[in-house]
Amino acid sequence: MLLGKLNWDALPLHEPIPLAASGMMIAGILGVVLLVLLKGWAPYVWREWITSVDHKRIGIMYCLLALVMLLRGFTDAIMMRSQQALAFHSAGYLPPDHYDQVFSAHGTIMIFFVAMPFVIGLMNFVLPLQLGVRDVAFPTLNSVSFWLTAVGVLLTNISLFVGEFARTGWLPYPPLSELRYSPGVGVDYWLWALQISGVGTLMSGINLVVTILKMRAPGMTYLRMPMFCWTALASNLLIVAAFPILTATSAMLIMDRYLGFHFFTNEAGGNVMMFMNLIWAWGHPEVYILILPAFGIFSEVISTFSGKPLFGYRSMVMATMCICILAFMVWLHHFFTMGAGGNVNAFFGIMTMIIAIPTGVKVYNWLFTFYGGRIRFTSPVLWSIGFMVTFVIGGMTGVLMAVPPADFVLHNSLFLIAHFHNVIIGGVLFGAFAGYTYWFPKAFGFRLHEGWGKAAFWFWLVGFYVAFMPLYVLGFLGMTRRMQHYDVAEWRPWLLAAAAGAGLIALGIGCQVAQLVVSIRHRRKLADQTGDPWDGRSLEWATASPPPAFNFALMPDVSGEEPYWAMKDAAFARGGLTDEPKYEAIEMPRNTATGVVTAFFATAVGFAMIWHIWWMALFGIAGAFATFVAFAWRDRSEFEVPAAEVAAIDRLNRTARAAAVARPRAF
Amino acid sequence: MTAADPPVPFDPYHVGRGQDSDPSRGHGAGGPASKRVIVAYGFWIFLLSDIVMFSAFFAGYAVLSGNTAGGPGARQLFDLHNVAIETACLLLSSFSCGMAAVATEARNKAAFYLMMAVTFVLGAAFITLEVREFAALIAQGDGPSRSAFLSAFFALVGCHGAHVSVGLLWLLTMMAQVFAKGFRPEILRRILCFSLFWHALDIIWVAVFTVVYLLGVHP
Repeated sequence: MLLGKLNWDALPLHEPIPLAASGMMIAGILGVVLLVLLKGWAPYVWREWITSVDHKRIGIMYCLLALVMLLRGFTDAIMMRSQQALAFHSAGYLPPDHYDQVFSAHGTIMIFFVAMPFVIGLMNFVLPLQLGVRDVAFPTLNSVSFWLTAVGVLLTNISLFVGEFARTGWLPYPPLSELRYSPGVGVDYWLWALQISGVGTLMSGINLVVTILKMRAPGMTYLRMPMFCWTALASNLLIVAAFPILTATSAMLIMDRYLGFHFFTNEAGGNVMMFMNLIWAWGHPEVYILILPAFGIFSEVISTFSGKPLFGYRSMVMATMCICILAFMVWLHHFFTMGAGGNVNAFFGIMTMIIAIPTGVKVYNWLFTFYGGRIRFTSPVLWSIGFMVTFVIGGMTGVLMAVPPADFVLHNSLFLIAHFHNVIIGGVLFGAFAGYTYWFPKAFGFRLHEGWGKAAFWFWLVGFYVAFMPLYVLGFLGMTRRMQHYDVAEWRPWLLAAAAGAGLIALGIGCQVAQLVVSIRHRRKLADQTGDPWDGRSLEWATASPPPAFNFALMPDVSGEEPYWAMKDAAFARGGLTDEPKYEAIEMPRNTATGVVTAFFATAVGFAMIWHIWWMALFGIAGAFATFVAFAWRDRSEFEVPAAEVAAIDRLNRTARAAAVARPRAF
Repeated sequence: MTAADPPVPFDPYHVGRGQDSDPSRGHGAGGPASKRVIVAYGFWIFLLSDIVMFSAFFAGYAVLSGNTAGGPGARQLFDLHNVAIETACLLLSSFSCGMAAVATEARNKAAFYLMMAVTFVLGAAFITLEVREFAALIAQGDGPSRSAFLSAFFALVGCHGAHVSVGLLWLLTMMAQVFAKGFRPEILRRILCFSLFWHALDIIWVAVFTVVYLLGVHP
């Protein structure tokens, strides 16, 4: 009674694969914790990272979370590819029960805990720097958001060891996800992990919208913002408008499962298709939430490494905001087969095709930015070019599926799987990798190793094509998604090729791990002395690498697009820096454990609700409330960085800049 | 144009270039907005997201309101008399909440406590009436498990009720904060957010009252 539905049967003691996987994961976590404790790093980690409200630290932690979960999600992918390579006329090595959890976990993790934290992390890190301000609008809330996302990650991973994960696919479609057909805790894990991390995402979206709209350096009007800020604005507006729908929809399914409601059941008048409509009214904007920041990253990268301003800046802004609005008008194309009728399907089909127009505008703008530029083929540029080729192919298959009659043939086939991996890997992930390489020196003060980066790119690119182009063929051959075994001989060679492609991608990930290790070891040689390693154009390159806690000793005064480029122009024309300014003390928000303590109680609530341990849920809610009250009661929320310290920090930056101005200019 | 007027910058596309003395407009020239503006603006954005969440429940109710599965419909179940009293309580509580904001502006603690207490009593009365309505429905076998229509009804109205309950808890916390810390700037900002929240719940209730009760009883 005390532990609800939880008992010893929940542990996978008789299933070797989950047991070994969870054993490895627990050993890994314990290893990291032990290392931190034994090396005496615990106070540093607690003070400087876990309780930090600095947007740069939080952004880095988001990205780290995403990279770790990428390994987990990719392990699931390898398992699926190898299962399908083996399971011709045989059962393979993953029983259906486990295979279903693997594909559900793969999708959930890759979207919610890899792609989302990666783009949110990059936005968190970069936005205040590009806008020329000291932090986001609500620094403590930012920390709470991050830790709530981490709770979702934790609950999803606990499901590996305690109980099970959903077997319903990455979105728990009813009636399969209703209590009658999924009586276990798998769907509950999905629901509570997503409910809690979804609140974190919503808060983060509000935070960044307010940061962009209300906190820009003096003179930075809307049309002087870097492109990444624009795409981040569009993306966060979509978060604010779409994530509440996910919360409401999950809440409805929770009420169905816990309280006997009939929103989506087959009985008592429930409406299954309402779930599809609601979930995709969130889900379609979600894909633009992911891809728009990637578009922004490519814009920054292509412009910087071509040594030119972005071509067609205003048309890019228009295209971004058009996509932001159109994102809410296409959701029905995810279920043309629902039978809404020819007119409804035609409307949504045409709307879907219209979205290709602003996207096409963007592709041409990037091409024309390259055109006539002095291009440096660094690895971020390689990711950008790989993206442009790959994404255009993905976009064309998307337009193909936007034709309802074609969709009736291809719906839920591997053609669809190939399409969305084509745009998510080729778009979001390549973009995140480009941004990771591009802003890494800003975050840590040294560049990533180029050789390993380029090797990673080529393995990823070739691996992607070998893994996913066969799935288009398989879709035409009639193979549906999520098959645990099959007996069609024509499919076999294509599935073997796809498995080989996954192997190539594994090599790419291996190169990225090697790149990180090699770069850390050679950090002296790769050091970014000036704070401007790429000859950048926007304000994040005006401050030191890594930036001081307050980002800018003096708030920059913006008088045009590309303010940092203008500063450099002026400095080179003048042959030196401006006179040293008069420094003043800076007020900064104090660190707080509110975020991590809230996350502790949120984990308790989530776990308790999954296992029906009602007392623990009440304890968690009371604890979270007490945490907020304690936060609200504190008397000092800010500390002052004295003017002398600001001056000392900024003088180092000025010395480096002065040395850079003394050297001849690259262009 | 007199000589004292500042020169108007060239701004053919109306992109907000140049003079912008009001930083709250956030057009950029003035730098970051004040803390009060940032907090209130952020809370407005939160309220809009909350309204989006409610709209999903409204949509669910609109889709399912006819699916009574052979059970009673809105016309048989709802008692407009009870709902009228609930509505009166909530609207009056919004008035007293506004008075509490006026008391805050005047830095009058006694009036603030009084008006917040009145708001609390009216809000609690609203919740009590709603809980009684729910309990009566469940007791007569018309709980949320009866039909999809009743599921959607309990979820939509209950979601609003849960918001009001959280608001009551927040109200007490604000009274305690003012008692312990006085009218400090961050507490003034929180009172502002609380009153925005309370009035927003009123707006949502007007929609609930109209869509669920009035249209339910008089379609």
